[in-house]
Amino acid sequence: MQFGIFSVGDLTTDPTTGRTPSEAERIALMTKIALKAEEVGLDVFATGEHHNPPFVVSSPTTHLGYIAAKTDKLLLSTSTTLVTTNDPVKIAEDYAFLQHLSGGRVDLMMGRGNTGPVYPWFGKDIRDGIKLAIENYHLLRTLWREPVVNWQGQFRTPLQGYTSTPAPLDGTPPFVWHGSIRSTEIAEQAAYYGDGFFHNHIFWNREHTEAMVQLYRRRFEFYGHGAADQAYVGLGGQVFMAESEAEAKRVFRPYFDNAPVYGHGPSLEDFTTMTPLTVGTTEQVIERTLGFADYVGDYQRQMFLIDHAGLPESLVLEQVEMLGTEVVPVLRAEFERRRPAHVPSDPPTHASLVAAGADAPHHLVEPAREHVERLEAEQAAQTAGVGA
Amino acid sequence: MSPRIVVVTAGLTVPSSTRLLADQLAEATSTQVSALGESVETSFVELREVAGELATFMVTGGIPTPRLTELREQVATADGLIAVTPVFNASFSGLFKMFFDAVDPDSLTGTPVLVAATAGTSRHSLVLDHAMRPLFAHLRAVVVPTGVFAATEDFGSHGLAERITRAAAQLAAAVLSHGEYAVGGFAPDLAARPRRTSGTPVEADVTPFGDLLRGHSGSGQG
Repeated sequence: MQFGIFSVGDLTTDPTTGRTPSEAERIALMTKIALKAEEVGLDVFATGEHHNPPFVVSSPTTHLGYIAAKTDKLLLSTSTTLVTTNDPVKIAEDYAFLQHLSGGRVDLMMGRGNTGPVYPWFGKDIRDGIKLAIENYHLLRTLWREPVVNWQGQFRTPLQGYTSTPAPLDGTPPFVWHGSIRSTEIAEQAAYYGDGFFHNHIFWNREHTEAMVQLYRRRFEFYGHGAADQAYVGLGGQVFMAESEAEAKRVFRPYFDNAPVYGHGPSLEDFTTMTPLTVGTTEQVIERTLGFADYVGDYQRQMFLIDHAGLPESLVLEQVEMLGTEVVPVLRAEFERRRPAHVPSDPPTHASLVAAGADAPHHLVEPAREHVERLEAEQAAQTAGVGA
Repeated sequence: MSPRIVVVTAGLTVPSSTRLLADQLAEATSTQVSALGESVETSFVELREVAGELATFMVTGGIPTPRLTELREQVATADGLIAVTPVFNASFSGLFKMFFDAVDPDSLTGTPVLVAATAGTSRHSLVLDHAMRPLFAHLRAVVVPTGVFAATEDFGSHGLAERITRAAAQLAAAVLSHGEYAVGGFAPDLAARPRRTSGTPVEADVTPFGDLLRGHSGSGQG
């Protein structure tokens, strides 16, 4: 199982000191988090992408390329890549390039996570959000899998005789996750292609996360990629740890109370009940996190949010350290103990996808197509049978 | 099953004249439904009790808190709605609007609604027609012709009781002519059975991906 840190890359004033870090400091902190993550044995670092203040994360592949040069094992990912407003042609090029730089240590998470005006700034309409996610991702898959692409869709200049360069490393496109909080169409999309489904998890109640994941699992099986419990699931989590629960709450509360997303609303205690937020000891975080598998099933990737709401560098790096040295080793062992043999521990990696060979379904633009056509043919035959 | 009427009331004090009006409207509606040969089930939603949850819902982008989730479900499955608000600064109260901002836009489609308001003076009576009707028109609800406005002085007059009876009769008739209580016609009337949802559960029926991809697969067709 993979464990890591995901960051939204917000630039927020520390409410306890009134100090706002510079953009340079915030970007440097994200780099330090990634390097620390590798140092303490975490598997993944994922950066958000935004194109408006208060965020600094407008150029993920630049940042991940830099981190790749300073690390050896860390898997580099996104949370999320804006598949709606980015040109899929540029996504295909940038992330294939990053694969080459990093020796294949790349996967991506597609998302629509955008504030309204970002769409028109990039020439798009937010009301087309789902359609953009569907068309752009299909083009992205195609660009990574077909040497010469002829394409005409609804949103982009047509392509005639286009070749995306560099081609994916070892002819093997990166594994892709699709992140969505409430759009069932995105869970369906992840299931159709046999990709991973990531639920942010941290802003809503568990019943909702459970329903979205179960929908994805059911459709993953429907599309013939394997059993529902073999689908690739990732979850977010949000923690703050200290020696005692009281100390953790004392330190974290001012950050919680002023946080951009939920600050000035529910109490820390209420939000802890409603969402997976855990503020307490490492033991409490371990217990709560292990409980996630009780409602989403055995899953493959757990990401933690630890660096938002203006938390200063010293506290953030301490959290990464505690996760790596005290929490994750126990989680790894316990999650494996409960996992049935037929359920994969890890999502596909570059190594496993290369090992699967060029004929593996991963290399098809639409791995489920044949399966769906067969289902439709069977249904048609049945209908004809009833008619006769 | 008897038709279910949900009464949403945004009064803030105890006792509340808004709740008093709501009680009278509910009672009158029950009487009118009985007169048409059906019994009615009435439940009250006191918005004051979920004021904190509504604030949480707003600032978190819609976390479904337990009590609010239940109320959203009640509204989305009601056969008729009675909505009563006090008038604050020339419109419905903020609490009243917060609740209807927190229900799913598809939760009241085609549902009969009786609008009512209270205020210290009758000079606010156009709130029914200038604020409440447009709100429920936006939600595609069916607002009955008579709205009931009660200024403080109206609680000492005959006219209020008559307006309550008239409005209740209209709501009762509308509720019984909707949904499963209606006598079926010969032609399928799709508008009479609109898709309603509380917006809370994840839809079990997902659009198959082949349909989502149609026109977007790059073949230039579609």
